[in-house]
Amino acid sequence: MQNEFVPLFYGFHFYLFGLIALASALMFVTRKSPVAAALWLVQTMFALAALYVMMDAQFVGVMQILVYAGAIMVVFLFVIMLLNLGHPSEISDIRGKWGRVIAGLFGIALLAEIGAASRNALVPALQLPQAPTDGAINGTAGVIGPIAGPMFKEYLLAFELTSVLLLVAVIGAVVLGKKSSNAR
Amino acid sequence: MTFDLTIPSQLLAALTPDLILMAGATLLMVLTALRPEGSASQRGIGKLALVVLVATAVAVVAMIMAGNNVGPGVIAVDRFRWTADLIFIGAAIGTVLLSMEYGDKEHIPQAEVHVLVLFATAGMMTLAAARDLMIVFLGIEIMSIAVYVLAGLNRRSAKAAEGALKYFLLGAFATGFLLYGIALTYGATGSTNLSVIGKVIVDHQLQSQSMLLIGVGLLLVGFGFKVAAVPFHMWAPDVYEGAPTPTTAFMASAVKAAAFAVFLRIWLEAFPQMDRAWILPVWWLAAITMLVGNVVALAQRNIKRLLAYSSVVHSGYLLVAVAAGTRLGSAAFLFYLVAYTIATFGAFAVVTTIGTAGERNQDLSDYEGLWSVRPGLAIAMGVCMLALMGFPLFGGVGFFAKWYLLQAALGSPHNLLPLSVILVLTSVIAAGYYLNVVRVMFMKPRPEGAAEIGPIGPLTQGVLAVTVALIIGLGLFPSQLATWTRGSTPMAPNQTAAQATNK
Repeated sequence: MQNEFVPLFYGFHFYLFGLIALASALMFVTRKSPVAAALWLVQTMFALAALYVMMDAQFVGVMQILVYAGAIMVVFLFVIMLLNLGHPSEISDIRGKWGRVIAGLFGIALLAEIGAASRNALVPALQLPQAPTDGAINGTAGVIGPIAGPMFKEYLLAFELTSVLLLVAVIGAVVLGKKSSNAR
Repeated sequence: MTFDLTIPSQLLAALTPDLILMAGATLLMVLTALRPEGSASQRGIGKLALVVLVATAVAVVAMIMAGNNVGPGVIAVDRFRWTADLIFIGAAIGTVLLSMEYGDKEHIPQAEVHVLVLFATAGMMTLAAARDLMIVFLGIEIMSIAVYVLAGLNRRSAKAAEGALKYFLLGAFATGFLLYGIALTYGATGSTNLSVIGKVIVDHQLQSQSMLLIGVGLLLVGFGFKVAAVPFHMWAPDVYEGAPTPTTAFMASAVKAAAFAVFLRIWLEAFPQMDRAWILPVWWLAAITMLVGNVVALAQRNIKRLLAYSSVVHSGYLLVAVAAGTRLGSAAFLFYLVAYTIATFGAFAVVTTIGTAGERNQDLSDYEGLWSVRPGLAIAMGVCMLALMGFPLFGGVGFFAKWYLLQAALGSPHNLLPLSVILVLTSVIAAGYYLNVVRVMFMKPRPEGAAEIGPIGPLTQGVLAVTVALIIGLGLFPSQLATWTRGSTPMAPNQTAAQATNK
């Protein structure tokens, strides 16, 4: 970073998008109306996409917007509309006060765990899969090569298994959802 | 030959049985979609599913014969994997056979049952092979999602719907813990590969690093849910009761076996150097599971719930083998897994038969005097009960399973004497409900107006005959199986070498 303004510029945007992401995520889990919650989630996705771009992972950032904010959230909204959950005021919360208290304590405990975990957490030399040493690929950070390489080499099996997982999920949804002649 | 897993073609070769199963399942799925729904189609797909499973089993046996080995990588090629695979395939074959007749009886003509069983089995085989936390996660999800659907397949039953939803929500909850644990473990060690994690922990002295400790704790909670150990067992009775009985048999046997197999592999391959951190929690988990499970099981009147608590109890026994943390422990573990799977499967097969259409006749009173009307069923159920209890001679392989377990616990370098005492004492409590079933079947008269038990289909008869034969047969010749399991432990290669030199 030769330019001394870059860290400030970078830091400002990091905190800006980080705060937007956190605030939207909070709004997302606290909204009662499912549509509003879904839209806050879209905003979280956008802020995360910006953070990815700042980490020089432009491709992941674009995918985040196209796939998550675009495709998946639209399907979410469709499902919400099809289910027709009714007016937010009619939706009852989980088991009243105690449920909330317990869930809250649980959340705080998990948050505290992150704190405890990051204390004295000296990450040893990361044994990440070796980045391709090919200069041509390294020169184009954030583009598709550095993602495609590990995906089809080191993580080939995980990648293929993910497709099996999605296939099973689709079959399951169809089997449970389809109109069956026996469902009287 | 030794597979080099960085070369895709050799990776594929190391996955031959899994690929056969997945390809077969996918083809059957397409076939299911093309054929009209109905009993004939359901039976046809079921038969083809059996062909696929047998082909997979043949491939597994061929891999064992070839004696292949593997370098470092994402999957394991060892006898632990193949033995676990054979357990899963056996349970899957039984489930398909039971489902073919159950589907007719309950008027559930969906042929997808068989496809989902195949996919669930593929997930389990992935778990047995996994040597990388990412693969572990994917395997667990493939298995669980298929089983969630299987549990909710009977859409006319409110109980099934409740059970399936509970299973789904708590399963997702458990997955959250598991994933959190995996993330923290990755954060602490910089790898998801089990052997690399084990190596990094030793090299960097991470035994008491807080992030890793929390990660291991969360993994333990996640697996606690998956194997239904107390206090993470609440879902099991409701889900086991609500699901179609063949599916329950599958869940109680193969799904649990798969979760335990990968649990043991992770513990022994990635965290052997952290035993001081996890022995104590596993110890307590085992103790509480055995105590609570047995005491609550005593109060059960519904046979499916009783068997559900029985499966919770057996999680406790298996955790004892995990806590032993030795080669002997994992050999006893595998032996126990075989015995438990067979006996549980047999018991649920009987329950499938007794329950008439609509899953009625599940109360203990429906088993009164079974001996006088259906002696064959009564004997089969009796043998399974005695095997689950670990009764000598008549319990067949069940007795030796407990015996080896105790041996492993007492031979462990950790002090497992109190745990062994609890194991023996709770086995005595267990007699209270297992023997009660036997007493009810053989010593009580058949009550007036007891429900008629329909004809037993030939497939179910076959399943029952094979289960009983296996329990008794393996009980008469346990040493072959014991020798086999002793050679099928999942330790990391460097440790195996170290142990060999210690001898």
